[in-house]
Formats: sequence, structure tokens, C-alpha cells
Amino acid sequence: MTKTILRRGASRRSILQQFGAAAVGISLAPALEACSRGGSSGGRVVNFYNWDTYIGETTLADFQHATSVPVHMTLFASNDELFARLRAGNPGYDVVVPSNEYVTRMAQAQMIQALDHSKIPNMRNIIQQPEFTNPDFDPGRRFSVPYTWLDIGIGYRKSRMPRNFVPDSWRYLLDSAQFTQKIAVLGESADLIRIAAKYKGHSVNAIPEPLLAEIEQMLIRQKPHIKRFHSDDGQDMLVSGEVDLVMEYNGDIAQVMRENNDIGWVMPREGSLKNSDCLCIPSGAPHADDAHAFINYILDGEAGAKIAQTIQYATPNQAARDLMPDAYKNNTIVYPPPEEMARLEYGKFEGDEVYRRYEEIFTRISAA
Amino acid sequence: MEQSWRQAKNAFAALGVPPVAWLIFFFMIPLAVVWAYSFGTNAGPTEIDLTGTFANYGRSLQPLYFDIFVKSSIVAGLTTLLCLIVGFPVALAIAFAGPRTKTWLLLLIMLPFWTNLLIRTYALIAVLREQGYVNFTAEWFWNNASGLMTAVGLQPLGDFHPMTLLYNNAAVVIGLVYVHLPFMVLPLYAALDRMDRSLMEASLDLGAGHLRTIWSVVVPLAAPGIASGVLITFIPALGAYLTPDLLGGTDSQMIANVIERQFKRANDWPFGAALSFLLMYLTFIAIAIQAVVQRRGAKVGAA
Repeated sequence: MTKTILRRGASRRSILQQFGAAAVGISLAPALEACSRGGSSGGRVVNFYNWDTYIGETTLADFQHATSVPVHMTLFASNDELFARLRAGNPGYDVVVPSNEYVTRMAQAQMIQALDHSKIPNMRNIIQQPEFTNPDFDPGRRFSVPYTWLDIGIGYRKSRMPRNFVPDSWRYLLDSAQFTQKIAVLGESADLIRIAAKYKGHSVNAIPEPLLAEIEQMLIRQKPHIKRFHSDDGQDMLVSGEVDLVMEYNGDIAQVMRENNDIGWVMPREGSLKNSDCLCIPSGAPHADDAHAFINYILDGEAGAKIAQTIQYATPNQAARDLMPDAYKNNTIVYPPPEEMARLEYGKFEGDEVYRRYEEIFTRISAA
Repeated sequence: MEQSWRQAKNAFAALGVPPVAWLIFFFMIPLAVVWAYSFGTNAGPTEIDLTGTFANYGRSLQPLYFDIFVKSSIVAGLTTLLCLIVGFPVALAIAFAGPRTKTWLLLLIMLPFWTNLLIRTYALIAVLREQGYVNFTAEWFWNNASGLMTAVGLQPLGDFHPMTLLYNNAAVVIGLVYVHLPFMVLPLYAALDRMDRSLMEASLDLGAGHLRTIWSVVVPLAAPGIASGVLITFIPALGAYLTPDLLGGTDSQMIANVIERQFKRANDWPFGAALSFLLMYLTFIAIAIQAVVQRRGAKVGAA
């Protein structure tokens, strides 16, 4: 049972990403219309647009049991897919789950609406740290409540490292021939460039032009040593032995570590990127009241614990965390120790132009 | 009772309306929207101003993107060539097989279409990776050869090192050939099957060898089939997105991967639309070339 839960928790950005990629951007037909109209119980329904394997096993049924409002969940595979889907107007979603910087981007694009905090009393369960209660990407939590948080580090194969060696620097992935052709890094332009900036001793944000040029040169130089720019399936490449070092999300590595003793995890000393996925209500949501009720339900301690049990990502819900077993609470991969936390940074939304710039740099690196 | 189609105009119109409407609403109109975007400018995170600018096309033709187009064409061209080399003998064999065998062989060619492209590509990963079936087989032979050499008193071969078959350009070409082979075989088969066998018999009677007959008689007669096979393989291979993404290494970016990222992270739909339509214009050129070949083939056939 535990095993199946762990497997199901695999990667929230896995195969679906490939399926979804083909369809992105051409979603002209309002797909959900039929779904929202066909809803039972007097048209009351919550249309929930979520990542794959990113909800508790019984959460949706429990909510329906408690409120008699059914939840229709559909899945997306990347923030970009979510953004592209809502670009032409909300096709009928009530609750969506963008990551930190996309909360800013979507709020600026008026794709999500301000939340009515009086309808979400369980917000008091959020861990009382400014990082969660008043983050830079959404001051005062006007538009979003935190759902999970995660960070990017290095997963590695212990038996293929030199004796007593831990690859505790991004250097081994980004600026060294030591593990040539045994490296996979994230093929997502912004993540890759921001982490390279972090390696160079800069913040992940406001990267100046000369440093970008330097990063581009470094990655072009490093490219022959990198096996693949992976699409967030790095843990699979690590397990199958294709590579020995991989840049990956902590949850993905934590999951494969449970089944394979030879896999290790390290947070590089230069620091890294962290992410937080958040619950938001898109503008024009047809069932905004029930959407608030659903968000409030997820922030409930017991409901949150059931979700964390399944998906194994870090929950920013104090009440839920208190109910979790020690093995989860004390897992330093899921919850990095404070000195590691201090070196993690959120990537900020700095305007579409910056993303386009990153994208062009990545295209140049790939074409070089 | 025979009836001229003119007398049944309404019936024809009624039959024609759904497909035409389908094409207009789900193909022409969306395509026209994307085409219009390619002349637009980003006015905000979600708005596009249709300014009639050519800036997106200008940017698409910069050396960076032009070179990616060239590289994608080379990969697609190589794929097409390999498909032709592998597919021609297969099509020939099917065309000359007995009627029952023929049905089974054609079914085998079409069988892969029953499985999703993504699943087939993942299957290929399981075949090619270091812990995959090709390497398992090679290791088995290696170990047996090694054992044999020890048995006859020679030095053993040493440890087996798995071959790196995945995550490079060769893997992309293998993947593309694997996926597109049926597209090549089917039109080739159609052309070869219709061919007048007596011409081949005449060629053989008059003293030409088998190879000479294939090269001087069969290939020219099958030229239109070859042209459609080449076209129908080259176009999807040029726009391949999944295969380079899943099987390719850091050097395997193709133009469709760049286009995809414009619609996602870069959120630059006008530029992505311009790149897509450049690909479309290339397709039109390819179709024009094929039409010319077809016409020439028809002339040869008539002569």
C-alpha cells in the first residue's frame, strides 16, 4: 500500500507534460463548459485544475461528503500550460494551482481574483512565517494561499562517486568535466539560468546582462559534458543509470531514494531555487463561493495531512504538519534545515521580456 | 438505375457540408488566427496587437533560428532517406507477396499506429538505454564470446561496457525513422502494386539483370509514389517535437522545440506563430516540388 502511494506520488510534471505539450496553445474550445453545466446538486460544483498526482486519495470525496458539492478535477503539467489555457479567458475553472512567480504573472494579467479572506478562516493554519503569510510574490496573500513548497538540488548515485565524495556544488553539473556525459540538468530556461547565476554567487533575480553573457558562455562550454536537458524526468535517468548526477526537485529525488539506497541528495552550498505551489481562484470563476470553501477545506489540518501523506511534498500547513509522522516531519530533504533554507530563493516574475531573453539564451546554448 | 450526379446535387451538398464546415471551423479559422498573430506585437501578458509588422519574420530569419531550420531540415532529410532505403525493399516485398500474405504484411505495417506515439517513444527508450534490451543482448553475446575465448585458452574480453545509444542525434534519427517508416512504405506499396508487371518481365526477357530492372524500370515507374512517400515522411519529420525532446541530447534541438517554448515559457505567441508559418511555407514549397515530380512522372508513364 505504502509502495503504491509512493509510486503514485512520482512526479507532478511527468508524462502528462509530453501529452499536454501537444495541446497547449490551441485550446480554443472552452473545454470545461460541458463539465460545469453538467454538474449535479443544483449546479454547485468546484472545477479544480491541478497538477498530476497532487491531491490526497480521498480529499475530493471527503469534501463532497462534508459539503455535498462535487469536485471535478482536471490536470495540467506545467505552469506554462496553465497560463496558456487561461490566456484566452477562463474556460470555467474555479481553483487553479500556479507556482509562486506565476501567481505574480497571473495576477498582473488579471487572470486570478483577489481572495475573500473572511471565507477562508483556516488561513490561520499556515505556518506563521512571513515567507508563507506575506511572500514577495503575493504580498499579504491577496491572491493565493500556499499549498506546497519544494526546492531544486542535486540527486546523485552514491556508488559512482569517488570515495567519501559528496557533490555539494553546482560546479560538478555546470562548470566541470569531472562527470562528463553523466550529468542531466533541467531543460527549463529560467530554472537553469537562475541556478547558474546562483552558482556564480549572484541572486536568482535581477541577473545583470554581463553575467547572463558569462553564464551563456559557461553553459556552452559545459554542454559537451551534459548528457541531456531533461524535462523534469531526471530521477528516472538517475535510477536507470543513464546519469550519475541530476538537477531535480527534492520531492522527486526523495521518492526514488525510498526505493533505492544508492541514490543520494544534496543541497549545493551555493544555494538554489525554491518554489511554492499555491491555490488561486481564476477571474470569472463560475463557483467562487464553493471555490473559497474548497480552499478553506484544504487548509484544514486533517485534510492537509491526508494530502501530504499521499503526495509527500512539504506542506506549509502547520496544523497538517503537526499531524504527520516524524519520518516526514524530520525528513531533511522535504524540510531543509534552517541553514539550507537561508540559501534558497524564490524566482521572481520580472516581466515577460526577461523570460523571452532566457528562452533565447537557452535556444542559443542548445544550437551552439 | 443510373443517375447523373447533377440530378442529385442536393444529396451531394448535404454530404459535403459537414466535412467542409469542420475544415473551416476547426482548421481554416484557427490557422488564420495563428497566421494573423504572426504579424502581431505583444501588447501585454495576454494581448496581441495585430500591427501588420514583419518583425517576427525578420527575427525568425536571424542566423540563430535560420540555422535551426537548416539543421531540422537535415535531420528530416536524413530520416526520409533512411526511410526510403529501408522502406523500398519492404514495399517491393509486400507488392510481390501472395494475396493472403499481403494482407497480413500490410496489417503489420499499420499495427504501430494503434499505439500512441508517446508510448512508442518511451518503448524505444527502454530498448536503447544503457540498461536496455539492445545492451542486454550485446552483453549476452559479449559474455558468451568471452567465455568461449577462455575455453579455447585465449584472454577473456574483460568487462562489458554498455553502449551509449540514447540522448544524441543518432537516437533522434533512429526514433524518427522508426515512427515514420509506415508513412513511406504505404505510398510506395500503392505505387508498386499498381505497376504493370509485364514491363518488368520484358526487361528481364531482354537481358537486364534484377538490379538493372529495379533501377531502370521499377524506380522510374514508381517515381510518383516515391515522391509522395518522401513528402509525407519529410513534412512530419521536419516538425518533429516529441522525438528530439525525449531521445535527443543537448545538441538535438529542432525547430518545433523552439516553437513550443515560444508558446509556453516565453509567452511570445507572435514570434512562435511566425516560426510555425515559416515551417508551413517550407511545407508548401515541398508540396510544389512534389507536384512537379508527379507531373513529370505522369509524362514518363504516358510515353
